[in-house]
Amino acid sequence: MSEKERKKILQIKNLDISFRTTAGLVHAIRGVDIDLYKGETVAIVGESGSGKSVTMKAAMGILASNAVVNSGTINFSYTHLKDGSPDTVDILKQNKKWIREHINGRRIAMVFQDPMTSLDPTMQIGKQVMEAMIWHYGTPKQEAWDKSVELLREVGIEEPEKRMKNYPHQLSGGMRQRIVIAIALACDPDLLICDEPTTALDVTIQARIIELIRKIQLERGISVIYITHDLGVVAKVADYVNVMYAGKIVEKGTIDEIYYDPRHPYTWGLLSAMPDLDTDDDRLYTIPGSPPNLLHEKPGDAFAPRNRYALVVDDKAQPPMFKITDTHYAATWLLDPRAPKVEMPIELKTRIERMKKEAGKYAE
Amino acid sequence: MPNDHQKAEPLLKVEGLKQYFRINKNFTVKAVDGVDFVIYPGETYGLVGESGSGKSTIGRSVIRLYDPTAGKITFNGMDISGRLSKGTNDKLRTQMQMIFQDPMESLNPRKKIGDIIGEGLDIHHSYKSSRDREDKIKAMLEKVGLSPEHATRYPHQFSGGQRQRVGIARALIMNPRLIIADECISALDVSIQAQVVNLMKDIQEETGTAYLFIAHDLSMVKYISDRIGVLHLGHLLETGTTEEIFDHPVHPYTKSLLSAIPAPNPQVEKKRKALTYDYKTSGIDYSQGTNHLVEGTHYVKCTDEEFEKWL
Repeated sequence: MSEKERKKILQIKNLDISFRTTAGLVHAIRGVDIDLYKGETVAIVGESGSGKSVTMKAAMGILASNAVVNSGTINFSYTHLKDGSPDTVDILKQNKKWIREHINGRRIAMVFQDPMTSLDPTMQIGKQVMEAMIWHYGTPKQEAWDKSVELLREVGIEEPEKRMKNYPHQLSGGMRQRIVIAIALACDPDLLICDEPTTALDVTIQARIIELIRKIQLERGISVIYITHDLGVVAKVADYVNVMYAGKIVEKGTIDEIYYDPRHPYTWGLLSAMPDLDTDDDRLYTIPGSPPNLLHEKPGDAFAPRNRYALVVDDKAQPPMFKITDTHYAATWLLDPRAPKVEMPIELKTRIERMKKEAGKYAE
Repeated sequence: MPNDHQKAEPLLKVEGLKQYFRINKNFTVKAVDGVDFVIYPGETYGLVGESGSGKSTIGRSVIRLYDPTAGKITFNGMDISGRLSKGTNDKLRTQMQMIFQDPMESLNPRKKIGDIIGEGLDIHHSYKSSRDREDKIKAMLEKVGLSPEHATRYPHQFSGGQRQRVGIARALIMNPRLIIADECISALDVSIQAQVVNLMKDIQEETGTAYLFIAHDLSMVKYISDRIGVLHLGHLLETGTTEEIFDHPVHPYTKSLLSAIPAPNPQVEKKRKALTYDYKTSGIDYSQGTNHLVEGTHYVKCTDEEFEKWL
C-alpha cells in the first residue's frame, strides 16, 4: 500500500466545533485530525454523541446552522474536470453555494443510515438517481436514463429498467439502500462517506451491502469513510480506524493495530463489550457509566470517570497523543513512560490470542 | 443446563400458533404461520430472524396483545389462547411481562419513574399500604442499578441505558415467571448493551425468571440464550440449544444467517465471504415442511427429501 505514491485527498486538521443550544455552548468536537488517502478506507468508531457524524458533516459543509467552528481546517484535494489540474480547498472557508456546486454529491457523496428517510417517497427512483447528474453536469435526459439503468445494475438490482419507475415504498430495505448507493455514485465522486449504512438493516442484507460497497470501491478506486459503532463491520471494510470519544480521537491506527494491539482503555472496553461467537464468559466486560455530557466540560481526560485504569493525572490534564508506531497513536496517560504498567483485561487478551490463531488459519 | 429442563414441565408451550392480519378481502398477511416451541422455567429462549420474519408478532401474540388466529398457547398450566376469563387474565397480566425496544417511546413522558414502575402494583392492588408500595418501588430501583431518589424524576431526565433499566424494573415488579424482551438492547450503544445484558443475567439468577429474548443481533443472542429458534417468513425453521444451532446448523437459511455475522477479527473478515440465501430461488417451500428431529432438542422444519439432503 505504502510503496506507491499515496495521494492525500482529505486532511482534517485540529477541527473544533461547538453548538449553540438553549442550555449553553456544547463543545462537540475538540481537536480532531483525520487523513485520508486515495483508494483507502477509514473507519470512525464511537458511541452516539461522540461526534463522528458531526465531523463528517463538517467535511461536507452541511453542518447545522447553530454550529460554530472554533478552529481547524478541512483540506480537500481534487482535480478539475476541464483540464485535470489538481486543486486543494479548505471546505470550512467556502460558502454554501460553492460547496453545493462543487462538493456535495459531485465529489463527496454520502450514504445515510435510514434509506426510507433519505429517499423522496413521492418521486420515482429513476428520477432520483438521474437528478444529481442533470443538476451537476447537465447530462441530457436520455443519457442520464441509460446511465442510471447501468448504475442500478452495478449495485445489484435485477430488472433495472422496470425498477426505474418504482417508488421507494415498493422496495425492500436492502433494495432501498442499494438505490441510495446508486444515487451517491451517480456523479462519480472521489470520496464516499457512509454514515451507519447498515444499522437499519438485517445481518444478511448488511453483509451484502458491505460487500457491494467494497466491490465498487475496488472497481472505481474511490476513498470511503465509514462511520459506525459496529466493530464487526469495521473489521470487514477498513484499512485505518479512528476511535472517537467525547469529540476527540482517542486512538488511531491500522486495522490490525487496533484489533490485535489496542492500547486505550476505551478501545479495550469497546472490543470486549461486544461478544464474538466464541465468548462464553459469565459476564460481559462493560464500560461503567455513560458517555459524558459535553455541555459541562471538565478538566482532564473526558474518559477518566468511566476508566477503571484512570490515574491521578487524568483528572488534571488531557493526555496528548502518544506515538506507538508510525501509524498507531493513542491518547492515554497509561502510555507515558512515568505511568505504572497496566495490561489490558485478561479476557480481552485471551480473545485476541484466539483471534490471531483463527486469523492464521485464513492466512494461506 | 439445558438437559435439566427436559424433565421439568414447560412454562410456556406454543403449538401451531398462527397470526394472520387481514388487510382486505383479497389479501391476508400471514405474519406467523404455524409455530411450535416451548420455554422451560428459568431459561432464556432466543428468537432470531430478519425484520418481517414475525418474531415480534410471536411475542405480542403470546402476551395476548393480539388475538391469535389459530393454535394453542399454554402458560404455566393455563390455556391462554382463547378467550380469557377474568382469573386467567389477571394471572397472565402479572406473571408475564414485556420489555420493549425503544425505552423512550415505551415510557409515559408525563409520569414520574416511580409511578411508571408502580403502575402494575396499583392495578393489581398488590401492596398493603402506600408505604409498602414505595418500599417495593425503591427496592426495585436499587435492583436494576438506579438509586431510590430517581423515583421522583421523569423519563427525559435519564440516559438511554437508564431508561431501559426503568423498563426492566417495570416488568420485574410483578415478579413475573416469563419476560418477553422484544429487541430490548437494539436501541442502545454497544457499551450500554453489555451493561443491560449483564443486568438481565443477574436478575435471572436471582429470581429464576425465564426470558423470551427477541433480537436480530446473533452474537448477543448466542451469548444470552440457552436455546434458540430461527424464524423466517413466519415459519420457525430450526430450533435447538445454542450449541446445536451454532455448531451444527442444518437449514440453509440458518447457515446463511450465521455466516453473515461479521466477526471483530479483521484478518478473518477480509477474506471470508457470507453465504447467500434466496427463498425464491432456493426451491424450498416452508409450508410443505414438517418438524424433523436432528438430535436432542434440535428440530428442523423441512420435507423428508430435504432432510436427507441437508444432513
